[in-house]
Amino acid sequence: MHEVDMTRCLLQALEDWRDQHSIQPCVEQVHLLVGEFTCVEPSQLRLSFAAAVQDTWLAGARLSIVSVPLVGECLACGNSYRPDPACGYASPCCGHPLETILSGRELKIQRIDYSRSRICGPPAPANPCGPPTPSSPAPSPCICPSATP
Amino acid sequence: MHMSVSDTMNINLLAVNDQQARHNRSHFDAWGLFCINVMSSPGAGKTILLEHTLRALHGAHAMAVLEGDMTTQLDAQRLAGLGVPVVPITTGRACHLDAAMVSTGLQLLRQQCDPASLDLLWVENVGNLVCPAEFAVGEHCKLALLSVTEGDDKPLKYPVMFREADCVLITKVDLLPHVPADLGRIGRHVRQINPHCGVFPVSALTGAGLGDWLAWLAQRLRANGRQRHPPRRASGLKPPSPTAT
Repeated sequence: MHEVDMTRCLLQALEDWRDQHSIQPCVEQVHLLVGEFTCVEPSQLRLSFAAAVQDTWLAGARLSIVSVPLVGECLACGNSYRPDPACGYASPCCGHPLETILSGRELKIQRIDYSRSRICGPPAPANPCGPPTPSSPAPSPCICPSATP
Repeated sequence: MHMSVSDTMNINLLAVNDQQARHNRSHFDAWGLFCINVMSSPGAGKTILLEHTLRALHGAHAMAVLEGDMTTQLDAQRLAGLGVPVVPITTGRACHLDAAMVSTGLQLLRQQCDPASLDLLWVENVGNLVCPAEFAVGEHCKLALLSVTEGDDKPLKYPVMFREADCVLITKVDLLPHVPADLGRIGRHVRQINPHCGVFPVSALTGAGLGDWLAWLAQRLRANGRQRHPPRRASGLKPPSPTAT
């Protein structure tokens, strides 16, 4: 269930993005690109995201996940191909191993759709777009030589 | 009436972890420390491999271990007897180490020794063939283990792990007479996904193949300018066995 930890990384990135705005933006949709050749199960990520944003500044935000197919390049003949895991990963044309991956390793936050004026985040508090809810993990202690252990 | 706008991000989903991993890496480089992330399914033999590797490299390298486990410090206790600093990292519910956990481990390591006095750091990840493949910790090198009892098809079933690995050790080859494993087939499956990684069959129990693994490691360290002393051959090792291809 590493999608929970990936969701935490996603929320932290969204908070960093939010903190660049003077007025808290109301996020409507977050667009992700998720490659087929990753360890991410989109349905698990959606479930985890939906649970994590409840009662936070991101409540109501939707997650859009576009799956990116695995495409390899056969270095023997230069053709691109889509490996079928059931048949293996070598190129079907020349039997060359999967050396160059053209797509399929993406794990990307592509775009954020948001509103600057709409009230967001049910249940509506007195100040619906007030200070952000501290939901991010505690910062990791610094290992810089100057830091106190 | 409200108007929606869009911000194009195009950042990695794991950007937060990647940033911490780069931070860890910058410290490793400043300390002159080569970091190896050891990954496998549970029970593939990470800890016993580390036991033998630490013994073999004793005196040639100044080493430490960050030992990840979901629960217990049993593996850390095993390795602590080998005379190297060992920091247990108990992950709780998490099925992998991430860069922040390793950063915390490094801070604890600093309480035991000066990291700048080391040149080799082993990170034993949580036993799992899925999650650790996606979470960088700042390592210079990824080592994946696959035991002969797990099935020849595992590289195809967990391709990301074996694609990410710089070296794959096929472990427990002393069990080959008793299990229907085919070393050549396992090697072909790995190379189908990752044609350039090192693939070595080993047995920590008999010592078979460990010389090949240590030679690969020594070469890798030389390439990274981390070789302090000539590598010492592991005591009691059998002659190197052929590399699986």
